[in-house]
Amino acid sequence: MEGIKEVVFLSGKGGAGKTSILGGIYSLMNGKKAVVDCDVDAANLFLILGGQVKEEKPFYGSKKAEIRRDKCKECGLCKDICSFGAINEFLMVDPILCEGCGGCFVFCPHSAVSLEEKRAGTIYIGETKRGDLFLYAELFPGEENSGKLVQALREEARKRAKEMGFSLILMDGSPGIGCPVISSVAGVDLMVALCEPQSSSIHDLLRLLELSEHFRIKTALVINKSDVNPWLSEKLKRIAEEKGLPLLGEIPYDPLITEAQREGKTIVEYSRDSKSSKALQRVYERFSKILEELR
Amino acid sequence: MRIAFASGKGGTGKTTLAVNMAYLFSLSGFKVEFLDLDVEEPDGHIFLKPQIESIVSVKVFIPLFDKERCTFCQKCVQACSFHAIFMLGKDILLFQELCHSCKLCLRICEEKAIKEGEREVGVVRIGKVDSSLSFIEGRLNVREPRPMPVIEAVKSHCKGGDVQIIDAPPGTACPFVRSVYDSDFVVLVTEPTPFGLHDLEKCVSFLKSIKRPFGLVINKERGKFPPLEEYISQNQILVLGRIQEDLRIAKALSEGKILLNEFPEYRAHLEEIFSNLKRAIHGRN
Repeated sequence: MEGIKEVVFLSGKGGAGKTSILGGIYSLMNGKKAVVDCDVDAANLFLILGGQVKEEKPFYGSKKAEIRRDKCKECGLCKDICSFGAINEFLMVDPILCEGCGGCFVFCPHSAVSLEEKRAGTIYIGETKRGDLFLYAELFPGEENSGKLVQALREEARKRAKEMGFSLILMDGSPGIGCPVISSVAGVDLMVALCEPQSSSIHDLLRLLELSEHFRIKTALVINKSDVNPWLSEKLKRIAEEKGLPLLGEIPYDPLITEAQREGKTIVEYSRDSKSSKALQRVYERFSKILEELR
Repeated sequence: MRIAFASGKGGTGKTTLAVNMAYLFSLSGFKVEFLDLDVEEPDGHIFLKPQIESIVSVKVFIPLFDKERCTFCQKCVQACSFHAIFMLGKDILLFQELCHSCKLCLRICEEKAIKEGEREVGVVRIGKVDSSLSFIEGRLNVREPRPMPVIEAVKSHCKGGDVQIIDAPPGTACPFVRSVYDSDFVVLVTEPTPFGLHDLEKCVSFLKSIKRPFGLVINKERGKFPPLEEYISQNQILVLGRIQEDLRIAKALSEGKILLNEFPEYRAHLEEIFSNLKRAIHGRN
């Protein structure tokens, strides 16, 4: 991208502190930037950064089959060829199982099937409290296409950031390593991986790192709640060293992060003197240095 | 009886609750199957430490193109709703990650130039913890975007014991839905924060839309969070129990220990959740 740097915060395991830490770093940064919440099926960043939504755009996902009763001759061909088991014995389509391939639509001898594009969510474009460009989306529960929605969000963010002359896009990602994560990682300049000193969090981080290595994404590590298990924190540092990942820092467990969230604030806005804010300050300094070094 | 543990937000304690409830069911004489359907990041094994007895590859259909027979009519390219097939001059290409294995291309090709191929997208690991607690885990291969075939493969390996405990993936999109869709009861695990509540509301609205009974466990509680309490009373949500935030729990879990065995003082809490859960399920049957 012409001069626009994209950074994504990911963790593999959910609840490792992606949103809170991104929020804290955001509060420490100067200069105009765009912020995007790519966790489209559980978007939370607006709860601590949110200012105003200025624009809403509908998002259309996959198509869904519908059988027209007036034309249907009940031959059952559609049910037999459906690869997703989405058509039952009464020839009713289950929209949750239908993936919209169109097989029934193509092969119905009586043209009784229609394929309708269904609205699958909403893209919100607005500003943070501090006046930065802010984009997020809500995918309707149960929808597929979270990856497609993440792509749409990122395109919109890049377009607007370019128009407004911003050079940085900060992105909050989803847990996991599947479709929405792959869409949020593709082509970014830097991944900030968060991990807790916890067997399951480390297990999930290693799978995430396999993904970032495959996409050759530069990755830096933050250890969250590092004091909960110092021994595993040391192990994480060794992993970072072996893999050549810069360690941005360690953030201690701090109950004030939850208090800040309950007030709709980032931890830095809530208490600049908290132990986690002080640790975030150090993380932020290393983070800015790495950003500068990115070409 | 199939019980799914889900949450919307990640890291609220789904796996912790699912593992402990699986133990309590097996200790009460039930044959239990633990199904890890969080196939992107399966963590149940860290706590249950099962002995893995077999590993089964999960394969999905992909089209194989016979370039001798292909007349480059483009019918398959146009029919593919997922834009997975590309034709470049006299070459035909499949973008594997985009393919949903619907087989429409196979059926639409009049020249019979497409054959059935397959590729691996993940594995199912099957084993047991002890004689009354068996373990089935789905594990999506790294770089694969679509978890659904692996989720379905785990379900297909169920032998159908008395109780199946499902550890569902976070989020509210299709992997969550597929994991809870054929469950008889869903246990939602939340934490008393704005993030937890926001994602809980999405899960609840979905479960209500499919009329699935559910109950709620509030984990990591540190003083009441009034918006959550209001939401619970306004929507008449069944609360199965509450677990306090406790750094000792966090440390024990970080080492893959099981709450039930580690802290006698929490055993009573878990047993209460267990009996509330049994009562809730019984009441609905």
